[in-house]
Amino acid sequence: MYASRSRIRGSMLAAGRSFVLGFAATAGSITLFVLSVLSIAFVLLGIGLITTPYVLHLVRRHANQRRLLAVSWCDVRIPVPYRRFPPDLRTGITGQVERTVLMLKDPATWRDLRWLLVDMTAGYVLLAVSFALMVYPVEGIVLAAGLWRVFEDSTYWYGFVPVSSQATGLAAAALGIAVFHVGLWASRPLLRLHFALARSVLAPTHEQEMAQRIDRLTETRHEAVDTAASELRRIERDLHDGAQARLVAMGMNLGTIEALVEKDPAQAKKLLAMARASSAEALTELRDLVRGIHPPVLAERGLGDAVKALALRLPVESEVNVELAGRAEAPVESAAYFAVSEALTNAVKHSGAERIWVDVHHAEGMLRISVTDSGRGGAAIGTGSGLSGIERRLGTFDGVLAVSSPAGGPTMVTMEIPCALS
Amino acid sequence: MRVVLAEDLFLLRDGLVRMLEAYDFEVAAAVETGPELTRALAELEPDVAVVDVRLPPSHTDEGLQCALAARRSRPGLPVLVLSQHVEQLYARELLADGNGGIGYLLKDRVFDADQFIDAVRRVAAGGTAMDPQVISQLLSRRSQDKPIGGLTPREREVMELMAQGRSNAAIAGQMVITERAVAKHTSNIFGKLGLPPSDDDNRRVLAVLAYLDRG
Repeated sequence: MYASRSRIRGSMLAAGRSFVLGFAATAGSITLFVLSVLSIAFVLLGIGLITTPYVLHLVRRHANQRRLLAVSWCDVRIPVPYRRFPPDLRTGITGQVERTVLMLKDPATWRDLRWLLVDMTAGYVLLAVSFALMVYPVEGIVLAAGLWRVFEDSTYWYGFVPVSSQATGLAAAALGIAVFHVGLWASRPLLRLHFALARSVLAPTHEQEMAQRIDRLTETRHEAVDTAASELRRIERDLHDGAQARLVAMGMNLGTIEALVEKDPAQAKKLLAMARASSAEALTELRDLVRGIHPPVLAERGLGDAVKALALRLPVESEVNVELAGRAEAPVESAAYFAVSEALTNAVKHSGAERIWVDVHHAEGMLRISVTDSGRGGAAIGTGSGLSGIERRLGTFDGVLAVSSPAGGPTMVTMEIPCALS
Repeated sequence: MRVVLAEDLFLLRDGLVRMLEAYDFEVAAAVETGPELTRALAELEPDVAVVDVRLPPSHTDEGLQCALAARRSRPGLPVLVLSQHVEQLYARELLADGNGGIGYLLKDRVFDADQFIDAVRRVAAGGTAMDPQVISQLLSRRSQDKPIGGLTPREREVMELMAQGRSNAAIAGQMVITERAVAKHTSNIFGKLGLPPSDDDNRRVLAVLAYLDRG
């Protein structure tokens, strides 16, 4: 009973969605297709150079809207294949012309246009059928309920049933119910098929995907190399100015002590105390440096306990939940650790939170970490904040960062890194 | 007093043996690896073990694990753990069984031979010796909270020393005040923390740590 009710509800929902989407497929796609063709045709006249980016931008938004609905309604994933504009694009009219050229060179643009054609034809038909299967039966039932009287004189065709009497009206109702059953079974798959069709036209080809992947790898490799180089510079500087200098001072003191030990034992003793103090300071500096390169607990116990140890040092109440069946590869662990560390530092510094929750778990080949605080929110990626640094760090491992931080809080930073545990 | 020492760096091991022997300890064994340590602890039954956290063959926290395992089979076995870094996480694990006879110190503390030997003796006698770094981390973390925030700076100082495992006499010596003043401070602290006073050094450290630990 419950199952059939939920099935009816699901099919009705699919029909409703098909109905709404039908407008987008006809009105939206047809308009945009005509505009695009006109705009591209006018490129030769010059006007198109200015208008094309706007029109194509609308097309992309239209397509992206469909991608979004495909995922949220039917769980059909359609990747976004558009090339990114170079960051040094000029502004004004020249920039607009460059944009036009870049967009026309992007194969994704031409796929979009092809999709518009498919969407307004085959795509629309699928939607119409999905909707009709759930709505058409209503007419049959209404005919049987009494509407047949209107057609007593002439013959009204309901499907293949000529309606002119109560008997034929009932036949229409029977047909309607049969159609309804087909609809229950088919309207959801039809909506899904619509999105699948869109995917087959819109999704990038294998080559395009490869090209995109290469772009992304080049970018993250650049960043990784930069980060590694600046990290090395920092370590060298810290060693040079810190531990190394202290050891030199210590050696000098020891030399002086050697000379003084018989002449002036009191002075020698003083210098010995200084030498000991410098060795202790050198050790502290080295320890901090090691913590910055590869934290000892991480090396000894892995990510889970390292995050726990990190949380213990926070000045804010915190709760750590770890569910890891093994250890990830060292570079991934390290990236994840420093990302969490950065997120926690951010939370403590800026959020004004009284409590922080950290959750670390691994599922479906993904290491998922979330850091939630009870603070005032308003955090955003890309305002020169530490969050951009985390994003770069994770990017090297194809990891992603998401931040949800409405003003007034709470802030939730989620990280995902694809990796295997061993 | 018989000591088992586990340290994988030759120079440090050699130095520690020399130092312990200079202070009239008998070094029953000085081992390099985790398995050797486990064997030595089981066979030699020392009065105290001095153990480096990181030992071969795994070069992770093997020493700590061996010490914890040895204490499970022989509860209260005095163990002083040395480390290049100190972590509250490890301190808590060591203190968790509540048996006392636990020390956890930075390796730097061996620079001050007297203090280090004092710590070994305290641990051997069933007391505790926590590194000031662990204690100060714990205290700073809880400083905004009321009960600890309610302590006077003087009481805080006493509490820090107490948490490291020092006796009233030692605290009095360090702070240059009388032992009676220390006793007054401690009873004030216990009053403010709502803990029943106790003469047992080990129990009072555990009580303080347990209190601090309470999220």
